[in-house]
Amino acid sequence: MNLATRIDLNDVSSFPSRRVEQWKYTDVRRYLREVPAAAERIDVEVDGGPFRALCTNEYQTFGNGRTHEGDNLLKGFGRKGLTVRPDAPLLDAIRFVSDSAFGGWQASLGYTVGPNDHVVLLESYEGRAGAYIANAAINFVVLEGGRLDRIVLADDTAEAISISRADVTLSEGSEFNQTILTTGAKLQRFETNVTHPGHGATVRADGLYALTGDRHADLTSIVTHAGPDGQTSQLIKGVVRDTARGVFQGKIVVERGADGTDARMGHHALILSDRGEVDAKPELIIYADDVQCAHGNTVGNLDESALFYMQQRGLSAEEARALLTRAFLFEVVDRIEHEGAREEVRTWLMESS
Amino acid sequence: MLSISNFHVSVADTPILKGLTLDVPAGEVHAIMGPNGAGKSTLGYAVSGRPGYEATEGTVTWRGEDLLGLDPAERAAKGVFLSFQYPIEIPGVPALTFVRTALNAQKRARGEAEVSAPEFLKQVKAASKALKMDFDMLKRPLNVGFSGGEKKRMEILQMALLEPSLLILDETDSGLDIDALRIVADGVNALRGPERSMLVITHYQRLLDYIKPDKVHVLAAGKIVASGGPELAHQLEAEGYDKYLPVAA
Ligand SMILES: Nc1ncnc2c1ncn2[C@@H]1O[C@H](COP(=O)(O)OP(=O)(O)OP(=O)(O)O)[C@@H](O)[C@H]1O
Ligand SMILES: [Mg+2]
Repeated sequence: MNLATRIDLNDVSSFPSRRVEQWKYTDVRRYLREVPAAAERIDVEVDGGPFRALCTNEYQTFGNGRTHEGDNLLKGFGRKGLTVRPDAPLLDAIRFVSDSAFGGWQASLGYTVGPNDHVVLLESYEGRAGAYIANAAINFVVLEGGRLDRIVLADDTAEAISISRADVTLSEGSEFNQTILTTGAKLQRFETNVTHPGHGATVRADGLYALTGDRHADLTSIVTHAGPDGQTSQLIKGVVRDTARGVFQGKIVVERGADGTDARMGHHALILSDRGEVDAKPELIIYADDVQCAHGNTVGNLDESALFYMQQRGLSAEEARALLTRAFLFEVVDRIEHEGAREEVRTWLMESS
Repeated sequence: MLSISNFHVSVADTPILKGLTLDVPAGEVHAIMGPNGAGKSTLGYAVSGRPGYEATEGTVTWRGEDLLGLDPAERAAKGVFLSFQYPIEIPGVPALTFVRTALNAQKRARGEAEVSAPEFLKQVKAASKALKMDFDMLKRPLNVGFSGGEKKRMEILQMALLEPSLLILDETDSGLDIDALRIVADGVNALRGPERSMLVITHYQRLLDYIKPDKVHVLAAGKIVASGGPELAHQLEAEGYDKYLPVAA
């Protein structure tokens, strides 16, 4: 099931407005009324990015949407049949570096995880400067028994428009774990569309947003269970301050015949200012029998009695808030299995939240 | 000395404390007893500065310094410690991390050097052993899923490590088994000293067999209505609060 619009920066009619249900909180048309100039080519040092120290395998850097060789379309990235030991995943990295006053770029990528391979993919969005328009699209295919752990860190500029879309096709017995962590942009969206075949396949589609100023982040996902006995779990957490706006749209569709599906979704957000906003739309659409589905959604503030308790023990109000907020967000980070990646993300979050 | 004079406190515009006067000299332990809803916890919250507990009249000073103008953390740094009747769960923050953060925050506020991680660990190990607490429990998020008694012990552990000078224990005995009661009382007694003042709020005379008070006060309808020696607690246990309650209309 593919309800989302594909954006082409060269075609204004493909820019969704809030009249499109799926885009009602992230109105691209409002911020982008014409085709943007193409972003200039930039040279990005090959050695860099938040995950440089971790990556042991394939490493790919896009500068304003182009690889070192000048391509903005890459197919057949990823590897097949390379994992030697199941406890030692391959670590790949993809970097999207943006630096343009108002230019736009788009890049697309095909990424395949081979049968029984285990890959940890470290993906980063690194906004250097400017009101650039970024549009990345990745097609993931995970073959039978393969496992992909996708970890995304997004640091766009406050002026940027940044849209990233992932289409994920899974096979029986495969595993897809995703954690997206973002500080937002002027307008930003991470969209994930997963086709879930069931039959022992499992999905974890987590995310976290920590927003300040007037930043906007939209985490949208659609997981479609097409076959029986699939599992999906999703934990999204967010913190908004100032006039920032967080959006969560999570849809899990259980199609006819996808019996025995187990799907759990949770979205929990803190609004730490009077004018911050969170829009949440969790949806479970179930056409099958004998399914276990649950969703929880809470939007609130920090617990006043906890804050007082902490201050009674000597923490300043500010320290107490920071400690509680981080503890709240760390639950998402703790679900990242790969230890090195988890520590890297933890450090990033300490600096960003 | 803790000196509370003509103290009026409102919660959500409802007057709860109505002219409470009480002095606890340095080195003394005073017990406060009183019927449910009398305002005992309110007193603890108001002295420690809980938002929403509005002091509308009167004064509270500790060692001659006004407390009411200070925020809760400033009061804590001056030595105020409230052992909560219902300790709060702090999800995601390991107990060890929390107590060290609190201790160092207080030290910073007083201009003292922070304690190092190894030194702190040493102190915690000794304190948790004295309170017969499982050290591994301290790695869990503070109070989350702790039993009622475990939470109370955790309060006393924090008290032992923070070494406050003005201690308010709000029903620290409720929910404790007989052995725990003795262990907790030993922990409290270890902190008795010529420079410290303690207010022990309780419903049961039994605690006062372990923590011997210098004075006992009856708090009813927002005021101290009677004061006496330890014998007053025995008398209350036998007779109840009837004679201190306003006659029902
Ligand atoms: N938010 C509030 N709004 C109105 N009244 C309140 C509020 N909070 C507390 N009170 C009232 O204040 C009174 C005093 O409460 P407090 O908790 O201080 O009593 P207590 O003496 O500690 O009782 P207990 O022995 O049951 O612990 C009670 O009647 C309570 O209902
Ligand atoms: Mg009480």
